[in-house]
Amino acid sequence: MARIKFKDQTVIAENNETVLQSLLRSNIQVPYGCQQGVCQSCLMRSLDNTPPSSSQTGLKETQQKQNYFLPCICLPENDMTVALPNAEKTWLEAEVIEKKALSINVILLKIKSKEPLTFFAGQFVNLRNNDVIRSYSIANTPNLSHELAFHIRILPDGKFSRFVADDLEIGMPLSFSHAQGSCHYLEGKSEQPLLLIGTGTGLAPLYGILKDALLTHKHQGEIHLFHGSRDESGLYLEEKLTALTQNYPNFHYTPCLSGEVNNEKYTKGRANEIALKQFPKLKDWCVYLCGQPEMVLQTKRATYLLGASLKDIYIDAFSS
Amino acid sequence: MSETTTDLTLFEQLGGEAAVDAAVDAFYRKVLSDYRINRFFDGADMDTLAAKQKAFLTMAFGGPNNYSGKDMRDAHAKFVKMGLDDSHFDAVVEKLAETLIELGVSQELIAQVGAIAETTRADILGK
Repeated sequence: MARIKFKDQTVIAENNETVLQSLLRSNIQVPYGCQQGVCQSCLMRSLDNTPPSSSQTGLKETQQKQNYFLPCICLPENDMTVALPNAEKTWLEAEVIEKKALSINVILLKIKSKEPLTFFAGQFVNLRNNDVIRSYSIANTPNLSHELAFHIRILPDGKFSRFVADDLEIGMPLSFSHAQGSCHYLEGKSEQPLLLIGTGTGLAPLYGILKDALLTHKHQGEIHLFHGSRDESGLYLEEKLTALTQNYPNFHYTPCLSGEVNNEKYTKGRANEIALKQFPKLKDWCVYLCGQPEMVLQTKRATYLLGASLKDIYIDAFSS
Repeated sequence: MSETTTDLTLFEQLGGEAAVDAAVDAFYRKVLSDYRINRFFDGADMDTLAAKQKAFLTMAFGGPNNYSGKDMRDAHAKFVKMGLDDSHFDAVVEKLAETLIELGVSQELIAQVGAIAETTRADILGK
């Protein structure tokens, strides 16, 4: 008999009763559909104990790692505190510790959390200024000082980005949410080739994933990063990325410009098109796509048709 | 075929859920690559569609399912308006057979899967 805690209620799962059945029997309303572990409508996350692996069938490996599971096929082995996806609404507090320009319209913002954090490089958090809330990808890797880095594109009418550019100063407090999203590096497949394609500040999560792969996990397979921008100023991490290619022979960086090209170190064209032209066979690759939604969705389909398995394609689509 | 296999269900003979997982990636890729039918899948969320393909394959493999003819009719009604007809249904069944051949499934089992898939034709085409 396991205790299932959901919000402020606790129910006891009877023998051979699934987590979903226990909740519904206790009149706790949660979404569900097929009740056979297929449709994933009832997706939940265990906040404490690891769910039985049989209840994680069909989920992305990154979701499995974050203790997501399907309550409709979960016969609990231990007590569990469960929550619906993204139900953790609590805001955490941090302090701004660094703010500097990466290019004419991208700012590097670093904050330090007041409490310990768990996150994966490549996930995103919500940042909040009063009632203005925006999602930003985490551009650094987990660290002992509980710091988070973001690449903030300054938009002329952007309520949050203008606040960052004009008003936010080092030492000021900032509220942020728990890390979310399944677009992050996965340990244990060190030999797998990785294809990273990003446009604009879609580079932020990719940079986190790249550093996680190369520095933290010593990824052995080839890693190809294609970063696209209209003009040179948008290739805002060129120096750092070029330096990484010199230290890590398995890392390859292709800066792409969709606008005019006046320097032979840049490839002319759209990052996604250039990448797929170079790698038309993607069977057994792991693919990360971040940036403009249209590019991300189109390239997701294209990389799948070129052989990448759907479970190996991770995306983070956002407009910036 | 050995004598014991006759006691197994079709789903078990095909290899159960692992076989569905192996088939769904290849099957869905074939469907999306086929110019006769891929327009019906434009614009849909790929993960949602893959989950639906998995439910369909589980059912066609004789596995546990909550098949509802009404849900099938409702879900496909807009495609019938777009011109979905027998030729498209046949094309999907053809892609399913190709997938199973590539996975080394016997002709006899493929025929059984085809027969189950066939039972959904009227619902899908709104007949």
